[in-house]
Amino acid sequence: MDDLYRDYILEHYRRPHNFGVLETPTATYEGSNPLCGDRITMQLDVEDGVVREVGFTGRGCAISQASASLLTDEIKGKPLADVSSFAATDVLDLLGIEISPARLKCAMLSFDALQHLLDELGAKPLANDPA
Amino acid sequence: MTTIEERPVATETEAPARAPLDAAAIRADFPILDQSVNGHRLVYLDSAATSQKPRAVIDALDAYYRQDNANVHRGIYALSERATAGYEGARVKVAKLLNVNDPHEIIWTRNATESINLVAYSWGRKHISRGDVIVLTEMEHHANLVPWQLLAQEKDADLEFIPITDDGVLRQDVFDVLLRLKPKLVAFTHVSNTLGTINPVEDMTRRAHEAGALVLIDGAQAVPHLPVDVQAIGADFYAFSGHKALGPTGSGVLWARRELLEAMPPFMGGGDMIREVHLRRSDWNDIPWKFEAGTPDIAAQIGLGVAADYLRDLGMDRLRDHERDLVGYALDVLPREVPGIDLYGPMDPEIRGGVVPFNIPGVHPHDAAQVLDRFGVAVRAGHHCTMPLHERLDLGATARASFQCYTTRDDIDALANGLKEVQRLFGV
Repeated sequence: MDDLYRDYILEHYRRPHNFGVLETPTATYEGSNPLCGDRITMQLDVEDGVVREVGFTGRGCAISQASASLLTDEIKGKPLADVSSFAATDVLDLLGIEISPARLKCAMLSFDALQHLLDELGAKPLANDPA
Repeated sequence: MTTIEERPVATETEAPARAPLDAAAIRADFPILDQSVNGHRLVYLDSAATSQKPRAVIDALDAYYRQDNANVHRGIYALSERATAGYEGARVKVAKLLNVNDPHEIIWTRNATESINLVAYSWGRKHISRGDVIVLTEMEHHANLVPWQLLAQEKDADLEFIPITDDGVLRQDVFDVLLRLKPKLVAFTHVSNTLGTINPVEDMTRRAHEAGALVLIDGAQAVPHLPVDVQAIGADFYAFSGHKALGPTGSGVLWARRELLEAMPPFMGGGDMIREVHLRRSDWNDIPWKFEAGTPDIAAQIGLGVAADYLRDLGMDRLRDHERDLVGYALDVLPREVPGIDLYGPMDPEIRGGVVPFNIPGVHPHDAAQVLDRFGVAVRAGHHCTMPLHERLDLGATARASFQCYTTRDDIDALANGLKEVQRLFGV
């Protein structure tokens, strides 16, 4: 019945990849969605301009957790330059489901956190509205 | 000068055994309910966010714009006189609903939020100063919290909070301790929008007065659901939103005692709130118009008057009986039909309005609400504008089902069935 809650989305929600705290993070950012009380803490461990490790913790809905899981998978091992060129629409492509306007904030919670981390690392200045 | 038509307020003495509301028949009065959503009958369980509107209210808006539309208190012609009569007549209807004798004490606002801000700006900025104490509670809606934060920050005043127990009841023993701080104002909700808790407002008001405090009550979740007699409660300020009480959005009410309103400076300046304007000073209009600057939402307030009559015709005692029954049914059925569901708030329907917050462990409330929508069931998910309360209960968010006169046991069964599908989909 469901276009939104496909098996792989639910699988990422139940067992998110890269969920946890890094031992030696280069940058840490805590983000939240004030509308629903969702929170995310994302960490990057960057060495020689490459994302060696990425981790996130927090609580959220299936959409926000699955998008964080998919996004962190995508950027792990990639040069910061590549990560910086990653756009919001790429997150939607990763999710591969129709996101209604009401759930866009959920889908973009991890992407928003990543933009703050890239800004902190000097890789990409923060836009006014990263989402 | 406009006067408000005053008629004696009926005091109704109802027989102890009241005929129950016929919710199925009532549903026919609400055109919006006659639709399907995603192939299912619409089950609207978000009345605490905003209520649906009976046909009489919708018709009143339509009739106003088709026949009577003109500005109030200004034109010397038939339309303006009709608009003014409707606008002021609605004040009398709302006064009756609240058992207020003097309709001049009914101030029109946009909603409860504006009503409370009016008091915080107008009364608060005159009477609150450095070191003064304002007592609030942990269960307040942001509307009865943030205006006082703004005031306290500006005046360097102190906010104190009555805590709640784990099942969402105010700690009256701590309230007694806080009253020893000699607060200037005590402000609390009549019924919690998140937990449904019905607070003992008469008793709390009496004790606050004994301690020398004024009392403001946020009645946004009370006026639409149970008998509210502001004289019996004895508070100083009482606020509610029209759109939660079967009325249009943009309609709201602040009631306050006449002597307080007359001593308060205006909230906003502009047309209609003045008697005489000179280039460097003005004299204020009488109450209530002193607080109603600019062209108001005339149609909305007329609609609210019709909603007030509709509620009075239903009988607020009967509406309360109906919602008490629904709460009892929900608290009984949901744990049986939806094993593992977490319910919050007092489990005694006697002290609980028609609000049932819940969580399905392992499923975020946003996801639960999204799946319920597939079955036509509309519930709220989030923090319901009570972030400190969710923090106190250590909850990120909750889903919430809330009721009105048109809610039936069938609606609660539909919720239970939908939640079973949520559990099945998420494998919990």
